[in-house]
Amino acid sequence: MLGSRFARQLVRVAALRDSRCRSLVVRTALTGHIIPDGRFYSSKIQPRLTSEAYPYVKRDPSFKKLTNEDVSFFKSVLSESEVLEASEAEDLAFYNEDWMRKYKGQSRIVLKPKSVEKISKIVKYCNEHRLALVPQGGNTGLVGGSVPVFDEIILSVSNLNQIRSFDAVSGILKCDAGVILENADNFLAEHGYIFPLDLGAKGSCHVGGVVATNAGGLRLLRYGSLHGSVLGLEAVLPNGEILNSMDALRKDNTGYDLKQLFIGSEGTIGIITGVSIMTPTRPKAFNVSFLAVDSYESVQKVFVKAKKDLSEILSAFEFMDCHSQALTKKHLPDAPYPFEDDYPFYVLIETSGANKEHDDAKLESFLESAMEEELVVDGVVAQDETELKNLWQWREMIPESSQAEGGVYKYDVSLPLQDLYSLVEAANVKLEEAGLVGDAPKPVIKAVGYGHVGDGNLHLNVAVREYSKEVEKALEPFVYEFVSSKHGSISAEHGLGFQKKNYVGYSKNKEEIKLMKDLKQHYDPNGILNPYKYI
Amino acid sequence: MASKQLRILVPVKRVIDYQIKPRVNKTGTAVETTGVKFSINPFDDIAVEEAVRIKEKNKSLVESIHAVSIGPAKAQDILRNCLAKGADTSTLIDSKDVVLEPLAVAKVLKQVVEKQNSNLVIMGKQAIDDDCNNTGQMLAGLLNWPQATNAAKVEFTDNGKVNVTREVDGGEEVVSASLPLVITTDLRLNVPRYVGLQNLMKAKKKPMEKLALKDFSNVDLEPRLKVLSVEEPQPRAPGVKVNSVDELVDKLKEAKVI
Repeated sequence: MLGSRFARQLVRVAALRDSRCRSLVVRTALTGHIIPDGRFYSSKIQPRLTSEAYPYVKRDPSFKKLTNEDVSFFKSVLSESEVLEASEAEDLAFYNEDWMRKYKGQSRIVLKPKSVEKISKIVKYCNEHRLALVPQGGNTGLVGGSVPVFDEIILSVSNLNQIRSFDAVSGILKCDAGVILENADNFLAEHGYIFPLDLGAKGSCHVGGVVATNAGGLRLLRYGSLHGSVLGLEAVLPNGEILNSMDALRKDNTGYDLKQLFIGSEGTIGIITGVSIMTPTRPKAFNVSFLAVDSYESVQKVFVKAKKDLSEILSAFEFMDCHSQALTKKHLPDAPYPFEDDYPFYVLIETSGANKEHDDAKLESFLESAMEEELVVDGVVAQDETELKNLWQWREMIPESSQAEGGVYKYDVSLPLQDLYSLVEAANVKLEEAGLVGDAPKPVIKAVGYGHVGDGNLHLNVAVREYSKEVEKALEPFVYEFVSSKHGSISAEHGLGFQKKNYVGYSKNKEEIKLMKDLKQHYDPNGILNPYKYI
Repeated sequence: MASKQLRILVPVKRVIDYQIKPRVNKTGTAVETTGVKFSINPFDDIAVEEAVRIKEKNKSLVESIHAVSIGPAKAQDILRNCLAKGADTSTLIDSKDVVLEPLAVAKVLKQVVEKQNSNLVIMGKQAIDDDCNNTGQMLAGLLNWPQATNAAKVEFTDNGKVNVTREVDGGEEVVSASLPLVITTDLRLNVPRYVGLQNLMKAKKKPMEKLALKDFSNVDLEPRLKVLSVEEPQPRAPGVKVNSVDELVDKLKEAKVI
């Protein structure tokens, strides 16, 4: 027992050290348990059980506790390799803990069916016996939505990992829910297409998971939200029925658009098992420029100018504040930083198109006039693919860097553009006033801001040395109230999950909430799917 | 070394980007180049960086840095970046789509060295497209200059010598030579900087001389080699998972490696 725990610990440390490597495969010597993909823990903290950290959340007594008969039933449906049971040597931490190591459930069993029919049988059984389930994909969610709160059975779709078909004329991809996003994108790349969504966790997250959480990510500015690009879904309903709308049609105005209900439903009314999605052609030429600007005001001006001058080739416009870059520099001491001096804000612009010369000329004239108009103080342009990747890393590594010292409170909000950064300033003032910011042993390192300016989406990350009630109290509901006062959304792309269940009222009115609850009640009257979360 | 006496020449080559997987064309005669991203040869980028660092470290030492590239007209993009990083002047020798062998390149470069009156050539140890690792050595031979290849560290001593550290099996080797000299760069010599916007704009005003191969008509550029065919390497067989040590041993025996 001790041995295996130690081994697992070692793996985490190794993964942490090598955290820049996304496609990590690690095998522990003693348990033989394979960490299947690029997931690594960025936090040093050992998570507390969710039930202890949030004592006001009580286990719903109407849910049955797992018995030996239930396990035998699962084993009658599934093969040995599709069932993972907790034992002395295996506490299922990989499935019970979330990526941020903020939440920890106590599930004793993980089911990893290899077919949709098997999932259907299991869900039907669980519904009849009132066994609560938590559907799980790559488990890279940021609001505690993909891990159990108590003893819910974990239903992982990771064994549903096949590309079903691809039409190279229309660009329509049909695949299983458990296909890892990066694998799907690599597959599409071979055919000259691109997945219309990209995010930092692409080496671990699943296609089904990003649809179930309606993830936004880095390409939303260019390719729009999944509500537009997903053409059809296959999902297992709480009663075990399989809903199939995989026949992908670009246009189909016959009745209610049911798939939309599942996009962003976070596994509360069905388990997505297959996805048909419209994929755009892959751009042939990419350019990345990293710019320094002296105020948030200028960030907005550069954005307006970029839209005007770069128009159809603009594919990402990300901003970062100096605090976020300071943390990233500390986390990546050996990576060459583009600037010698520090500036208040940074902007990363990506262009992508079909003709390199055309894009180069456009970008060059944009940058030149931005410098002349003094919107931009300094800047660099990637001259090869290696530099392009390295520049992106100053944006993509912020989430990991902001929790490297211990943990992070993450807020992902939509705000009107002119108010976007004021939340970070207000949060820092609030934390300073509470006397929580400073060198150790103060809990807070800094509140940092970055995000997708193009989509009005701010990520407020409060980097901490440890999770504590005082910090949480200073931030919540303060952040939500602030967002609500500006008529923003308390969750732009991360979803509600466990973290924001009680705060949905800040973004949705009574009637909307009632309708959502009615829907949940209609599809899942026993409430077995992903309980204690969402709404 | 008080007076400005270094006139550095940095030859650079435009190659398929290091991150791009090269593919063989349909006829199996060459690597496919249409629609593929090209960048500066990474070793040459290191050479440019080293020249600029030498100049920055000791301004009184360096009189000029001249970058030269033999390649298609598009090679001026990488020359522009060299100028932005700190080269003073540049020459593009437009070779259209003629592919030169290392000896021909070295002969052309010899004339550039003479014309520029250079006394130090810093260049990549090899280009990542043909991986020849010939040109620097041949150039030194043609010029009858000393050569210090695969440099991991370059130092100028007070008595006018250049010490070059090379990484060799089991340690480091330091060679010392006087100018004029050819240095070829290895991967760990330095980490090249990014191209700054302001410098990129200033670089547009820096001189770029444009020549063509016909300006070197006195040089024999005829290829000595004939490419018979170009093939993809054999794909690697996928790995297998084993469940026990015994099975592993069996598999290894099967593969006749133990």
